[in-house]
Amino acid sequence: MSLVEFEVGKNASVPTAPLTVLREDDTADPALMPEVSDEDLRAIYRTMIQTRTLDERMVTLQRQGRIAFYMQSTGEEATTVGSAYALRPGDWIFPCYREQGAYLWRGATVQEMAHQCYGNYLDYTKGRQMPVHYSFRHLNIVSVSSPLMTQVPHAVGTAWAMKLRKDPYVTMTYFGEGSTSEGDFHVAMNFAGVYKTPTVFFLRNNGWAISTPASVQTASENFAMKANAYGFEGVQVDGNDVLAVIVATRRAVDKALRGEGPTLIEALTYRVGAHSTSDDPSGYRTEDHVSPWRDKDPVQRFQRFLAKRGLWSPEWEAELQERFKQEILEAIEVAEKTPGPAPETIFEDVYAEKPRFLQEQEAELMESLQQTKAEGAR
Amino acid sequence: MNIIQAVNDALKIQMRQDDRVVVMGEDVGKFGGVFRATVGLQQEFGEDRVVDTPLSEAGIIGTAIGMALYGMRPVPEIQFMDYIFPAIDQIINEMAKFRYRSGGQYTCPVVIRTPYGGGIRGGHYHSQSNEAYFTHTPGLKVVVPSNPYDAKGLLLAAMRQDDPVIFMEPKRMYRAAKGEVPEGDYTVELGKAKVLKEGKDVTVIAYGSMVHTALEAVTKAEAEGIDVELIDLRSLVPLDLDTIIASVEKTGRVVIVQEAPKSTGFAAELIALINEHALLSLEAPVVRVTGWDTPFPYTLDLEYLPSADRVLQGMRKTLNF
Repeated sequence: MSLVEFEVGKNASVPTAPLTVLREDDTADPALMPEVSDEDLRAIYRTMIQTRTLDERMVTLQRQGRIAFYMQSTGEEATTVGSAYALRPGDWIFPCYREQGAYLWRGATVQEMAHQCYGNYLDYTKGRQMPVHYSFRHLNIVSVSSPLMTQVPHAVGTAWAMKLRKDPYVTMTYFGEGSTSEGDFHVAMNFAGVYKTPTVFFLRNNGWAISTPASVQTASENFAMKANAYGFEGVQVDGNDVLAVIVATRRAVDKALRGEGPTLIEALTYRVGAHSTSDDPSGYRTEDHVSPWRDKDPVQRFQRFLAKRGLWSPEWEAELQERFKQEILEAIEVAEKTPGPAPETIFEDVYAEKPRFLQEQEAELMESLQQTKAEGAR
Repeated sequence: MNIIQAVNDALKIQMRQDDRVVVMGEDVGKFGGVFRATVGLQQEFGEDRVVDTPLSEAGIIGTAIGMALYGMRPVPEIQFMDYIFPAIDQIINEMAKFRYRSGGQYTCPVVIRTPYGGGIRGGHYHSQSNEAYFTHTPGLKVVVPSNPYDAKGLLLAAMRQDDPVIFMEPKRMYRAAKGEVPEGDYTVELGKAKVLKEGKDVTVIAYGSMVHTALEAVTKAEAEGIDVELIDLRSLVPLDLDTIIASVEKTGRVVIVQEAPKSTGFAAELIALINEHALLSLEAPVVRVTGWDTPFPYTLDLEYLPSADRVLQGMRKTLNF
């Protein structure tokens, strides 16, 4: 099966089948198998396990009331780890909010992520955003914002700047199928097409925008074809096949680096878990919807592939599970004990320099806190 | 030199000094902008640095943010401030908050130039003064020059600092306000008001095109023997509170002139600040002379806008309290 590519003006039809590398018999299609060393194959699997373990643990923590909120990526690990694998460190990532696999692949530590979820003073974002709204400047991962799609025009702007500066990098931005209904999708795709920016649009079609199914978001036959209207290529890929995700992303990155502009990748996957810990999917979908996707679980599929190649063993699996569980427990313990940010930090980073009115408001807060403390002690 | 030429001059100076500066917007390139503020820039700096964009304010600002994150210094133009609303989510939720929400990891030094205000026969979609939406947004600076000298110096200062700026250009005065502008480089510090005339009877506070209306009123007031102190704010955020309070303490009477609608406008904020800092100096309630709480009308635009006579009447009201 080959990658179905759109050629502008020649082929306006829809892709007939998504790019798939992993076959039914758990071997890779030799014609499509990407060049990935055995060591990297194992590292990719390791990060997928790490991602899943992190998610499971964080959801439990939220249930216990220890963190306020969490968003798991269960079932979508191939999309985030595989796509991030195809990037170089100098490439920038503009995430949505479910890309923990990409952060871990890039080198974010579970400890850093735990600090963010606890909003303590070691959180890079100084406790200013809800859990999972990470920001890793040192990894070229840009701050997450809750409004959907707003990051995508930024990814185009940064890619445009890279092009203007003649820097050999690309930007990759993640978003879900639901948010393609936002105006910023059109805005970003249009600018990217016009200026041929080196941008990889990574669309995770996981079937659901909270309770709203993908079918409500568009009358188009699929999402990949939307790229055609903007003058560039859209491709569909099996988002539960980490090798296919690598192939599609690499092609898009190489193309961008050749100066041939952006690509829209639609990764077909499924949100096995809830939208967030504030969501209960039993209100809008039955297990019948979910179970076929459990059989296509990206971790299991990749595991079977690795096992066939002799790169996986039950002992290794047990070791990974244990190691990551331990890693997360320790990180949580540290994050939980780490104090919150000092009250006066509320007034930092609003402007480059703290203006007088914020200095005055800071003094007002500190005085009020002191007064409260003194009265409490009386 | 007029305000348009001053803006053009500032852009040229900065673009020559800093190759990270990119001017972008609708019709700003080949044509030089519908008000001609960017004339000649594309010829000098090329199509990569002076970019005609698709007709999309959200796209202009959204991509400018991405450029700024990467270290560029974009100076987008929104053709009329009335058309800034498609970009409002990008401005308020993204541009203004990037530094804060990323714990200072990412900054967004975008300077949005946009002509604002009425009196050019533009109806309600070419006449609005929308500063209050932006002065209400933490993280943004809001700058409003009234004359060519300040326009050049404030724009150069805005392009050299590290916060996002809404730079409002009084379109009615674009060509009408003329003045001496030094050649070459200088800046006017953001957050420093200018006392255009000292006086002891009443303080008049204005910004942008209303400074000219206020000046006209000052001449009329002087003929009646009223000694006016006139303050041109020049920037709303940051605000030069010291100059305002010193003047209120001296005169005890204040008239604020604002082109925008009256309710919850910037004048209301000024009154609150004056009450907080100089209540006991006041001899009379602070008077607001503003646009009405209606959409901006086409035919009756001059009845909508504060006039010199209304400002004068405002002065009399506070003096006769």
